[in-house]
Amino acid sequence: MAREGLGFEITELRLGLPGGEPPSVVKNEKKRMFSEINGEGDENECSGDRKIDKKNQVVGWPPVCSYRKKNTMNEGSKMYMKVSMDGAPFLRKIDLGMHKGYLELALALEKLFDCCGIEALKDGDNCEHVPIYEDKDGDWMLVGDVPWEMFVESCKRLRIMKRSDAKGFGLQQKRIHVEAMAK
Amino acid sequence: MNYFPDEVIEHVFDYVVSHSDRNALSLVCKSWCRIERFTRQRVFIGNCYSISPERLVQRFPSLKSLTLKGKPHFADFSLVPHGWGGFVYPWIEALAKSKVGLEELRLKRMVVSDDSLELLSRSFMDFKSLVLVSCEGFTTDGLAAVAANCRSLRELDLQENEVEDHKGQWLSCFPESCTSLVSLNFACLKGEINLGALERLVARSPNLKSLRLNRSVPVDALQKILMRAPQLVDLGIGSFFHDLNSDTYAKLKATILKCKSITSLSGFLEVAPFSLAAIYPISQNLTSLNLSYAAGIQSSELIKLIRHCGKLQRLWIMDCIGDKGLGVVASSCKDLEELRVFPSAPFGNHAAVTEKGLVAISMGCPKLHSLLYFCHQMTNAALITVAKNCPNFIRFRLCILDATKPDPDTMQPLDEGFGAIVQSCKRLRRLSLSGKLTDQVFLYIGMYADQLEMLSIAFAGESDKGMLYVLNGCKKLRKLEMRDCPFGDSALLTDIGKYETMRSLWMSSCEVTVGACKTLAKKMPRLNVEIFNESEQEDCDMEDEQRVEKMYLYRTVAGKRNDAPEYVWTL
Repeated sequence: MAREGLGFEITELRLGLPGGEPPSVVKNEKKRMFSEINGEGDENECSGDRKIDKKNQVVGWPPVCSYRKKNTMNEGSKMYMKVSMDGAPFLRKIDLGMHKGYLELALALEKLFDCCGIEALKDGDNCEHVPIYEDKDGDWMLVGDVPWEMFVESCKRLRIMKRSDAKGFGLQQKRIHVEAMAK
Repeated sequence: MNYFPDEVIEHVFDYVVSHSDRNALSLVCKSWCRIERFTRQRVFIGNCYSISPERLVQRFPSLKSLTLKGKPHFADFSLVPHGWGGFVYPWIEALAKSKVGLEELRLKRMVVSDDSLELLSRSFMDFKSLVLVSCEGFTTDGLAAVAANCRSLRELDLQENEVEDHKGQWLSCFPESCTSLVSLNFACLKGEINLGALERLVARSPNLKSLRLNRSVPVDALQKILMRAPQLVDLGIGSFFHDLNSDTYAKLKATILKCKSITSLSGFLEVAPFSLAAIYPISQNLTSLNLSYAAGIQSSELIKLIRHCGKLQRLWIMDCIGDKGLGVVASSCKDLEELRVFPSAPFGNHAAVTEKGLVAISMGCPKLHSLLYFCHQMTNAALITVAKNCPNFIRFRLCILDATKPDPDTMQPLDEGFGAIVQSCKRLRRLSLSGKLTDQVFLYIGMYADQLEMLSIAFAGESDKGMLYVLNGCKKLRKLEMRDCPFGDSALLTDIGKYETMRSLWMSSCEVTVGACKTLAKKMPRLNVEIFNESEQEDCDMEDEQRVEKMYLYRTVAGKRNDAPEYVWTL
């Protein structure tokens, strides 16, 4: 069993075309199978990314019962945030766990409130609104300054403010910063 | 003992409670067997196909409580195709026909139809307790029948079941006269609940000690319920989502302060960030905390909470707690006995736990006896340290997410590490292995694990010797389950008598052939040897040399079962 790799195969007498595979099943194939299937997974892991790579999964591994899998792993972490928009009669909720970055968030917010021109997505004068968020210290911050993961950890609620209300807060510089983040 | 009249012996038997002790009593002599039979109230059947329902009813006419388990354990991991079996209906039917006064039914991994729940609810006047774990096949209609018809219901406990929600009003089916509830757990239900009905039900259940809500119960309803049931001991929170500045949150905080009896907390299926501070006041009373479904709690929040939980004995969490977080657990929870750390992503992430977290736990929590640990990696040195620090393990289940990963420091297999565990933990009853493992680990297990009853193996071993070490050495082995191991016919057939001393054996993606299974089945008529043929082809007869993809064998006195689906061949 441990002989493969020692070159003995070449002296084996067998039927078949030269260069063909030996007929017997190599016992270590089992283990190689697992690492072949899953070996790529770890290296390609994007840090901080909660995306689940469904492509290369061995059936039944890891041994998490299917009920638990359905209710915890595939759904990403549920982080529902309240979002208010100036002028809108009621608030909405958005799940930050479903988004991987500011760009997606901005798109989702635009869809939610059926508006356009939320900063962090567009540039120029199209931006009617500015997204801000309340952090765990209770301060209102501009969305986009910090890395996405940090934002998700510290965001308590979101508000979409009218640009006109935010005048004079040095948003020019911020906008460039946000666009850089969004890339 | 033959000098005593039966009534005296019966009276003595009343004090003998555990299943194994009662079983032993019945083997002493015929008259003890007879007396034991008629006084036996609780029966545990670990494999529902090991005996027929009729035989059960015939032997134990005074039966009040029945526990049944159906599908093999690996069914949890989608390795058993749909329709395999484990139907509870024939059991309920037999019990109903026989006029047994059933009061309690506990099922695990069984298929429970609405019809069976309906029949159950109508057949047993004193029915008190229904516990369903990892079952499937029923809808909220079945629950409605139980609620409506079981007049003395004390316990309805649904754990991790797949239940189809029919949007009916099952909870409203509890009649006004039902005031006997002690335990109600519907956390696994997906659908909406009539909140008013729930509140009224809680209000008229003064004995309610355990309540686990599902996700659809919002925080304001929770607050009202807690006001009605300050006597609760075990609480499962559905939604904990609220505005931190609202009145609701303030009211909730105040109400929680009154719940001084709560020692067990779970749920948080939906969580607002930074809201856990509301439960700090009761955290010091908690002995059991299950946050393994609380995907919305950030690790920093989790760690802050745990610092308050000095009395914790059981903790179930997700691996986002990280090694540092486990360090906090180790320093805060000195009484910890059971720890489960579940993966939040199938292949780990940078915040997942490693051997460092486990070592920290072992240093801080010497009372630890049950462990389920999903981790990124493990080392022999760590396992050896853990074995030294915690010699009291009864259950030790380690799952390295990369199933064949060796010790990352030495690149060696983990044989020595697990060897240390089995050598040190003399009371070990359950063991699950993972990581790179050779036959050596099985040599150690066979040598040292005298008390081992259940062993789970995946992607491990090198030759038949591995399996043989286990079969020869572990005298108390009851359940052996293996997947993707190089164990074949020789190992399977060497000691066939062994399988009658065990409940069951599962082998999938191993090296056993159809021929060997046939041989085994022929020689051992009191085993059912099932092989699953999942291929699309119409192969009526599998060749003897063909490798078996999945085999499940179990001892039975009931013979071949008649409810097996087409893909199951009982040889």
